[in-house]
Amino acid sequence: MHDKTIAELSTALHAREVSSAELTRLMLQRIKTLDPALNSFVTLTEDQAIAQATAADARIAAGDAGPLTGVPIAHKDIFCTRDVRTSCGSRMLENFIAPYDATVVGRLEQAGAVMLGKTNMDEFAMGSSNETSYYGPVRNPWDTATVPGGSSGGSAAAVAARLCAAATGTDTGGSIRQPAALTGITGLKPTYGRCSRWGMIAFASSLDQAGPMTRSAEDAAIMLTAMAGFDERDSTCAQRPVDDYVGALRASIRGLRIGIVREFMGDGLDAGVAAAIEQALNEYKALGAELVEISLPNAGLSVPAYYVVAPAECSSNLARFDGVRYGHRCDDPKDLEDLYKRSRSEGFGAEVKRRIMIGTYALSAGYYDAYYLKAQKVRQLIADDFRRAFDQCDVIAGPTAPGTAFRIGDKADDPVSMYLQDIYTIAVNLAGLPGMSIPAPHSGGMPVGLQLIGNYFDEARLLNVAHQLQLATDWHQQVPAEFA
Amino acid sequence: MQWETVIGLEIHTQLATQSKIFSGSSTAFGNPPNTQASLIDLGMPGVLPVLNREAVRMAVRFGKAIGAHVAERSVFARKNYFYPDLPKGYQISQYELPVVGRGQVEIVLDDGVTKTVGVTRAHLEEDAGKSLHEDFHGMTGIDLNRAGTPLLEIVSEPDMRSAKEAVAYAKKIHQVVTYIGICDGNMQEGSFRMDANVSVRPKGQAEFGTRAELKNINSFRFLEKAINFEVERQIELIEDGGTVVQETRLYDSDKDETRSMRTKEEANDYRYFPDPDLLPLEIDAAFIADVVAAMPELPDARRARFQEQYGLSTYDADVLTASRALADYYEAAAAEGGDAKLVANWVMGELAAALNRDGVDIGDSPVAAAALGQLVGRIRDNTISGKIAKDVFAAMWAGEGDADAVIEAKGLKQITDTGAIEALVDAVLAANAEQVENYRNADPDKRPKMLGFFVGQIMKKSQGKANPQQVNELLRKRLDT
Repeated sequence: MHDKTIAELSTALHAREVSSAELTRLMLQRIKTLDPALNSFVTLTEDQAIAQATAADARIAAGDAGPLTGVPIAHKDIFCTRDVRTSCGSRMLENFIAPYDATVVGRLEQAGAVMLGKTNMDEFAMGSSNETSYYGPVRNPWDTATVPGGSSGGSAAAVAARLCAAATGTDTGGSIRQPAALTGITGLKPTYGRCSRWGMIAFASSLDQAGPMTRSAEDAAIMLTAMAGFDERDSTCAQRPVDDYVGALRASIRGLRIGIVREFMGDGLDAGVAAAIEQALNEYKALGAELVEISLPNAGLSVPAYYVVAPAECSSNLARFDGVRYGHRCDDPKDLEDLYKRSRSEGFGAEVKRRIMIGTYALSAGYYDAYYLKAQKVRQLIADDFRRAFDQCDVIAGPTAPGTAFRIGDKADDPVSMYLQDIYTIAVNLAGLPGMSIPAPHSGGMPVGLQLIGNYFDEARLLNVAHQLQLATDWHQQVPAEFA
Repeated sequence: MQWETVIGLEIHTQLATQSKIFSGSSTAFGNPPNTQASLIDLGMPGVLPVLNREAVRMAVRFGKAIGAHVAERSVFARKNYFYPDLPKGYQISQYELPVVGRGQVEIVLDDGVTKTVGVTRAHLEEDAGKSLHEDFHGMTGIDLNRAGTPLLEIVSEPDMRSAKEAVAYAKKIHQVVTYIGICDGNMQEGSFRMDANVSVRPKGQAEFGTRAELKNINSFRFLEKAINFEVERQIELIEDGGTVVQETRLYDSDKDETRSMRTKEEANDYRYFPDPDLLPLEIDAAFIADVVAAMPELPDARRARFQEQYGLSTYDADVLTASRALADYYEAAAAEGGDAKLVANWVMGELAAALNRDGVDIGDSPVAAAALGQLVGRIRDNTISGKIAKDVFAAMWAGEGDADAVIEAKGLKQITDTGAIEALVDAVLAANAEQVENYRNADPDKRPKMLGFFVGQIMKKSQGKANPQQVNELLRKRLDT
């Protein structure tokens, strides 16, 4: 039962083959038994999960159920969950019980999904390996000596290990797609503004976006249907109807033009990963799609631009964690300055501090024009590149990450090499486009992610393109042996 | 050496919206600490601001009232600094692209000369909370009720050349914002706070001197005193061979002095950048047209109309249009009372004195505009004399009812019956034979003054109720023939 997708579980729940309460207990038991090897959950909400499952069973019995009713999922610990600790992977919020639900959390609850708990993550979503979490690194279920990627590494590992049917994630520079790639699952970062950011603890507000992490494109479609939509509490949330994602899955992709980014297939890409991507693209050709080479000439500027914009916004967003109203406060502050300095020094980890300092510098008087303003111009250039590319193709495909999962500790002391993990994903955030990672064939026994990039609000097409590949292949159905 | 003073003002006006600029919390003043602080006002993790449309409407109304350009597109920016009563660690304000651009107001100086003062810009921003240092035994309490209250910061050009001009400008802005209903103007509650940038330069020099910024002045009197102190300080400093440093100074009203808060070197680098949580503010022509259509009559126009319509002097029209509440009161009273000039005298005389004596705002006057109008009506229809009317007014002020009720209850109705007045006159003349004799022997040009004695005696005898005009006529008839 734990190996079933959302779509399959929904059928089983509606057929009364299993109750949500039974399913929830089973998953909780799996987490207790198997998660100590992974550390993917930071909080289990057992009592609440059972209560939600019981309510879901009543809804199913009453005929008032949707495809998510009774399905056990998990939330990245960046989403505020009422009366439940929301730590954001940080010591700063070790004691923070959120007084409200994020919009995405509330919508999934209304759809009847059962929350099993909160998943581990890089501190304040800053990291690509889940090693910056105050609550310890998460391990990749495919090889527990390796990282699951980040920052949504807990959600990715939990979904890959079949500890929950699906999970929420957030993606600022690749934080859904890169861990999805490294753990062999399906992850979707929607268009900026498609999902509400209300209740999602901000890292870089102009880039952050919530999305589903699932085992199939079909499940991602089901999850996104519940998560997406206008929210008046978020001024940057798009005021446009949500497409029929599930309905769009079945369409044929014959004649689809897939753009292959020249700049993404060259230096820096692991040969095994390149081969796996080739294989996936060949499969698309077999399905009747046409491959066209495209160019994103300014894509090479995306990592440096990102590492100005994201830290700049984070330096301001994280100012509220000052030890005054909530969160970590140092013992016996001597005065106000001491309170600020020690609370923040103790509450934040090294990577968060690094980015706050970079961002503070970039916004400083005399540097603003040279860094922040220039980076914003680069963003525009990158968006223009994509606009031109979409004149030539319908979706763009390429690698999600430059390699497969690396060993824990390998890049921990080399921030630049870590930042390059997101070299193929960051441009998508800078432009605000939707992007997905879906499993390609393994390389060296480890998962590889194929990234699909769509035009603005073209999630339905992305899901369709992903689903068609998943109908034709079993790459997304691979299970790490110890978690089968 | 002759020195010239240069002053520019930054005025923070609290906008009179029901709810805060980025949250739905109430903006009411004086409630228990933190009872008006929502998740957004508390700066909780994950919360987001949503702009209050009414605050925008008020900013646009101000812009159109001072003939300024309203930006089709303006941008909210974050001003980053740490302070315990600033929950997010940044204030949402406007920096490079404010909603209101350049405009101007006219002020009238003491010598009657009109001067134009430029308004550089006005921008929307949120207020901070309050730090409470009393009652916490060495700790500081934070009250976030005020956090997120909408402010319109109005920045002037450095066009003022004396403390008096600065006060005239500040009063003008106060008048405009209260007239157009975007600010209650309550200075005690901090709804209208002023910062003054002050510098001096040798007369004739084109470049400005180094300025000091005087922070958070909340009365016009303090504004004048603070500027005067600062000007003297700067001149003395320079004449003693020193130089003025650019700094922020605080005015201490108890000691009547300004003192340094922080110098330029100690100033924060606010690291302004566009707030990514808010879209650029776009204002279309239809929105502006709606605001203009709903614009109340502005003070200058109203003053001109008062002179025209009610035949008031420039001075009277000026006084009566000083605030919208006073002007509204006057117009309502005049409509009821009939004689606009007489009503003006009553409003500026008896009413103003009573308001002043008891420290009551015109809006809270125990004598309503219609009631005052009715009182004036009773003078006009000879029910009471102007003198008795003052007693009636006092009774009305004390809450003893309207003019008719007081006149009735106290029996103050004027005696106009000719027979009754004749009897009074004859009685007084009979009792003062000597004075009658003196009067008749006096020069004709001294007589009017002497007549006053008899009038006084008669009024006294009638307890002020005799119609003074009839008394005068009868007296003259009796004495002069």
